[in-house]
Parts: sequence; structure tokens; C-alpha cells
Amino acid sequence: MRKSIKTIAAGTLAIALAACSTTGQTDTKSASSAPAKTETPFPSTYTPYPGAPTALVNATIFDGKGGRIDNGTVFFSGGKIVSIGGPDTPVPADIAVFDGTGKFVTPGIIDIHSHLGDYPTPSVQAHSDGNEATSPTTPEVWAEHSVWPQDPGFTRALANGGVTSLQILPGSANLMGGRSATLKNVPARTVQGMKFPDAPYGFKMACGENPKRVYGGRGRMPSTRMGNFAVNRQTWLDAKAYDGKKRDLAKETLKGVLDGEILVHNHCYRADEMALVLDMAKEMGYKVSAFHHAVEAYKIGDLLRENDVCSAIWADWYGFKMESYDGILENAAFLQREDACVVIHSDDANGIQRLNQEAAKAQAAGKRVGIDISDAQVIRWITLNPAKAMGIDGMTGSLEAGKMADVVLWNGDPLSVYSRPEKVWIDGALMFDAMDRKRRPVSDFELGQPGEGDVK
Amino acid sequence: MKRALTLAASVLALAAAPAAAQDFVITNATLATGDGSEPIERGVVVVDDGKVAYAGPQAGAGAFETDTVYDVAGAWVTPGLVATVTTLGLADVSGVSESNDVRPGSSPFNAALDVAPAINPSSQHILVHRAAGITRAATVTSPAGSIFGGQGAIIDLGADGQPVTRAKAFQVVAFGEGGARLAGGSRVATYVAFANALREAQDFGRGRWDAESAMLTRADAEALGPVVAGEQALYVSVERASDIRSVLGLKRDFPRLDLVLVGASEGWLVAREIAAAGVPVIADGLDDLPNSFEELASTQSNVGRLAKAGVKVAINAATMENPRNLNQYAGNLVALARVPGADGLSWGQAFAAISSVPASISGLGGKAGVLAPGAMGDVVIWDGDPLEVGSVPTKVFIDGVEQPLDNHQTRLRDRYRELDESRLPEAFDW
Repeated sequence: MRKSIKTIAAGTLAIALAACSTTGQTDTKSASSAPAKTETPFPSTYTPYPGAPTALVNATIFDGKGGRIDNGTVFFSGGKIVSIGGPDTPVPADIAVFDGTGKFVTPGIIDIHSHLGDYPTPSVQAHSDGNEATSPTTPEVWAEHSVWPQDPGFTRALANGGVTSLQILPGSANLMGGRSATLKNVPARTVQGMKFPDAPYGFKMACGENPKRVYGGRGRMPSTRMGNFAVNRQTWLDAKAYDGKKRDLAKETLKGVLDGEILVHNHCYRADEMALVLDMAKEMGYKVSAFHHAVEAYKIGDLLRENDVCSAIWADWYGFKMESYDGILENAAFLQREDACVVIHSDDANGIQRLNQEAAKAQAAGKRVGIDISDAQVIRWITLNPAKAMGIDGMTGSLEAGKMADVVLWNGDPLSVYSRPEKVWIDGALMFDAMDRKRRPVSDFELGQPGEGDVK
Repeated sequence: MKRALTLAASVLALAAAPAAAQDFVITNATLATGDGSEPIERGVVVVDDGKVAYAGPQAGAGAFETDTVYDVAGAWVTPGLVATVTTLGLADVSGVSESNDVRPGSSPFNAALDVAPAINPSSQHILVHRAAGITRAATVTSPAGSIFGGQGAIIDLGADGQPVTRAKAFQVVAFGEGGARLAGGSRVATYVAFANALREAQDFGRGRWDAESAMLTRADAEALGPVVAGEQALYVSVERASDIRSVLGLKRDFPRLDLVLVGASEGWLVAREIAAAGVPVIADGLDDLPNSFEELASTQSNVGRLAKAGVKVAINAATMENPRNLNQYAGNLVALARVPGADGLSWGQAFAAISSVPASISGLGGKAGVLAPGAMGDVVIWDGDPLEVGSVPTKVFIDGVEQPLDNHQTRLRDRYRELDESRLPEAFDW
């Protein structure tokens, strides 16, 4: 049995590779990313599952870039988007065609902030692998070494949320929590089998209450916000002095950040504190890609735009800790008004199943105060914008010819509570189909358990 | 009754808060009465003396004299939402322990704890949730020192100094993994702790309670008397199918227990047994992950399957980020009706699961969560379908009194509408 599975997997690989070469996609993987890949000690072994040339027709399409096509067509083949357009878009004969009348198409949904796999369910102590909370700075740890690919949460994010890519971050106990892992949301036996090919690493940082509480509570530095900054700055200065002669995992990561190869994802709630972090980044010579949990971002939308920083936010979480007390429903809309980059994130194994609904809530709040943001623009908050902040926007996040065929067919308006993903493709492979119970992934953990294979 | 109203009015006047209960009529409503029926067009609601006098089609409305008519031009009108199992009014910021009264972990008392005097009607969470259309809530403390969490209250979210609709409305007890932890590390211990506590309560009632040999405090033994007698509902936190069966079996030893199951993620596996026992469920609406070993079979279809089996089921506010997401959760259960293999709810059923059903479980059947003659005048006018994400109330009435919808969040919203710092500092603009 085991043998035959292996054979099938090998066959899959061959098909996928062949598909790549026929669509001329080799140029997406630029030459510059190749050396970095050879240096990666845990390289991605992800290969797309087999797909068939597919066209979705007569659907309302949100392309992820802010565009909308009514009565539109998306055609993908060889794992890539081939064409997108109106009803006249040519589609080859003899391929799978799905009628999207009354349905909607979006790019695969992307969650920039997840702990799936690092804090998997069942969330028992033995599974608590998301915070190396033993030192205020742990740049040396990598989230991918904690990811349990069998976390049932991945399957729920796919089936209910249409999530095709996600970033797994270490937790926020530490000022510097370590490297993130960017994954394709596919079942795999190893984390390497999920790793998004050629995605840059992210680096998790946290400001504010968490680090000072965790370490201050143990009577050690940092116990204050000024302590947070002092430890951060000294750590950066030490990294800048690193000559690279003796390998040092922590400094290799920090060096990667300073060289612009690793993108900073900074957990930071308060506006005043985000402004301080931006100054620290300038002082030390790195860039913040996104502030996460940026509950007060609306107070500094202009500053965030000027610094080209995304704000990854919830629609309505507020008031659960002191630094979230000023959370308001209009956060995303006020940022959009300033032309700052908005990302809706989950940080939650349940919330990741409803990012579309969270985006809709944020949109509605804006509308009530006279900020009208189009549906197509709102979809961008959960597709192209997170892709940009994660450094994968050249490959996914929007429906454009040549990009990965990460596609969701919704059974209704994705910004309505009454809609659900009907089908989800990842790199052109049909990974979820609400109409086919065999296209409903069941993790190893769930086999033989109560509820196995249920719709969930 | 009249006198009570007059009194309430004078209190309000002193506080310079909203106008007193008025008589008013709402016309041209898309009307959902909350009783499980589907919405009706061109509905009319008549509120007289703080209570609903009529709610239904225009054709059925008789003559009524009033100065106040709201023609809502097709807008949705519903009863106020009822959020059950919340901590509303018990914390300003849950992560700020000084402000948080949810978990009295170091108290020598448990079952005797009574949330009513601790409720703060000025808590921002109450203001924010009032603006989200929640007019009544069940507020509880969490079991911390024993399996018993204390006595919850039914509150209203009105802008006055009297938040408590009904104090000591129910007792809370934890079974399953949570109860096991509190009872000494094993489910086995939970059952002994429970039986012993209830026997001590019986002894107390018979005048046979003896401080020397008792394990409960005097106050706790006394507090559990109404539970054993079935005069006070017992909210039981329980998730696993086998645990639910055992909890239903508690009635063999204590036949008068008025059980309510809370959580019940695996309820659908024993739905017929729950229905046969006539026990209502306050279910986690969308839990679908094996969050613990007692929730392996959790599914978003749980509520739909329980309802299908004839169980009275409300949506639990405790497991969502904020109770104001109740309507979003209910809307998701409607969405499930379109997913092959899933079990959802009709719109009317889903709305009832966050209005009349939790009200009924809370002992306010026919009084709250429903627009029917004699019900409290808790009425909400919405800017869209109340189960759709993003819909919010445009007007909220509690006991017939129009409520202010402003709060810390709306004030911040207004301050940061623009980021213009060319004039006086924002701190002077309030």
C-alpha cells in the first residue's frame, strides 16, 4: 500500500514538472532567488498536485488587484493562470468548464498571520510549539521546525476560508520571535512539502505588552517599553558587527533582515509605538514589511503610507488588553482613505475560516462613515496585499496570466455571510470541492476518530 | 407597574440620560419577530408603556394613539438580541486583571458567588454591545476555585443605573476536562465533588448541615439549595458525547435539576438523547476543530443537527471574540443550509437562536428576544439584514426607551475622521 502511494506521488511530480515546462513558467523563478535557495537547509519539496486545464465562465470575478469583471472567464492550465477576461475570452475545447452563473471567483485567500501547525489542535500542552519563550530575543528559531503538517486547522482554513497560502509566525512572547514559514495550504507529510517555493523568510518581532510582561514577570529585562527598545537596539547593533566568520544562527537571520532578504512582521498595537519602531528601523537600517495587530494604525495612516508599511489587522477585535483598548471598526477604512496598505489577518484557527467576512465587516464600517470602498478593493485586503507584505506577490495573490492558479469559486458573493467556497484550486489542482465529499481533506490525526470526514 | 415606570423615568431624568419610555409605532418594517418564523414585509410594531402591544402585519394592527411614528421604509426591525453566557459588565479590559472580575480564583467561595452587584453598566463593553443590537445578556463568572462558578444574572444593556433584570438566575458548573481540572485532575473526581456538594445543600435545607464535617462553606451549601430543588437553572459546561450522557444521567440522583448544557460540541452525536431529556443547549456556534480531545467531533453542523432532532438550541456567546459577533455566527448557520452534507438553520431559526431561544433558556420566554404582545419593549431598527456581516442598528430601544449608541469607539472614530493637525490639538476637540 505504502509503495503504491509513493509511486503515485512520483508520477504526480513528473506531471507537474512537465506542466511547468510547457507553460514556460521557468522565468517566474528568477535567477537571483536560486542561490538563496541552495543556502536553505530545509528546502521546499512542494510540487503541485495534478490539475487539469480548467475554465470558470459566467462568474463575477474579483482579480485581487482591485479589478472586477462581470460575466467573466478565468482559464488556467499547467498550474498557471493563462487568461482572464470578459465573456469573449477564448477557452480551449475539451477542457473542464464550470458555469459560474450567480457565483464569484477570487484569487486564493492568503492569511499573513497564522499559527496553524505551531499551535495545532488539539491544543494540548504537548502541542504548544509557537513561542520559544526562554529569552527575550530568539532570532535563531524558525517556525517551520514547529509546524505539524497534520494540524486539522489547515483543512478547515481551506474548506471554509478558501485559504491557499499562509504565513506561520512564531508567537509574540519575544521581542524577536524568529523566522516565519510561508506555506501552500496543501496536505503533505512534511512541512517541506508545504513550503511555498521561493518565498522569502519573514522575521517576527513584537513590541509592547507581551515581551515586557513575559520577561518582566520573571524579574529580568525587558520589564518596560523602554527596556523593549534597549534590548532590540543592542541586539541589532551586535548583529551589524557580526563578521560571519563563525556561524551564528541568530545573527544570520538578523543579517538577512538588514540585507533586505528577510521581511519584518512586527506585532505592534499602538500608534505611538509603531512610530518609534519605524525610527528604530531607520536607525538600524532595516524595513518593516507589516505591522500586525495594528489596532491603532488608523491614527497614523499617513505615516504608514509614507513608510510603505502594511497594517495587518482584525476587523473588530478590541478591548482585550490595554494596547487594544482604542480598537475601532473603521480602522481598515481609515487606512484605505490614506492610501495605506490594508491586510486583514486572523491570528486564529477559527478566524482564518472567515477572512472574507471580516473584510466585509471592515468595509461596512467604512461605508457608514462615507468611505466607500469597492468590493474588488476589499478582496485585495485578503489576497494581493498580504502577498505583497509576504514578498510572494510576483507569484500569487491576483488572477493574472502567468501567476499560480490559486483560485476560489464561491457559491455567492464572498463578502456575504451566506456564501462559502464551492471549489478551491491550488496551483491549478482542485484541492477542495464542496460538491464532492472525497475532496474533503482528513488529517492523519482525524482518521478513525468521531466526526471523521464530516463537512466541518 | 405604573409606579415603577414613573420611578424609572425620574431616575433617568436625574442622570440626564435618554428620554423615558414612550409610546411609539414602527411602520413599513421588514419585521422579524424572533419566534423562529421568517421575516414579513410591511410589518408594524406598537410599543405602549415600555411593552410591545402588537407586532405583525400591517393588516392586523388596530388603532393606536401616539405622537411618535417611525416609518422605517422597509428597514429591518427585530427584537433586541439576547447574548447568553457573557462577561459583559464584569471587565473593562480582560487582560488588565485589576479591571477584571470574571474569575475569582482566590475566593474561598464558589457556588455562592453572585455577579449582580459587580455589574458595571458603564463598561465600554456594555456600550459597544448595546450599539450592536444586544439588549439582554446572561453574565457569568467562570469556575475558578471549584467546579461551581457561581450565580449568573440576566442583565439589560440600557443606559441607566439598573442593569440587572434578574439576579441569581442560574448556577454554573463545569464538567468535562475543565471540571476535571478543578475537581482534582480527573473526571472521576468531578462526579464525587458534584454529588457531595448537592448532598450538603440538601442537608443544609433540612437543617442537618454541619460545619465540622462539611466540605463546602456555609454560603456555598446554602446557595446550592435552589439548584437541587430545581428552582434555579444549572448551566453545565460539557463538550464530549459521553460526558453529555453522564450529565443527563445526573437526574437519576437529583431528579429536579433544571439542566442547561453549555458548549456541547459533540452534542449532535447524542442529539436524540438530549431531545428526549428535554434539556436545552447553549451551543458553540461554529466550533469545528478538535480543540481538545473532548471536542474531536465538533462541526459547524452541530447546531443544525441538534435543532433537527428537536433540541431547543441557542448560540453561545462565550466562545466568540465578542458577543457582538452573534449575528455573524447565526448568518453562517444559514449559509450552511447551502452546503451539501452540512446541516444549517433557516433564517428564522437562526435569528431565534440569538433572540427568543436564549431568552427562553434565561427564563424570559415570551418577555425578551421576541416581539409579541406583553414582551419587553426591546426593539432594534437595522441598516441591513441583521444576520449579514456589517449590519448594525440605527436605533435601539430597551424597555421602550431609546438608547444612546455612542461609546469610546464612536468617539475615536469621529476624532480620527481626518488626520489634520493644522489647528488646535485633537485633545481640545471633544
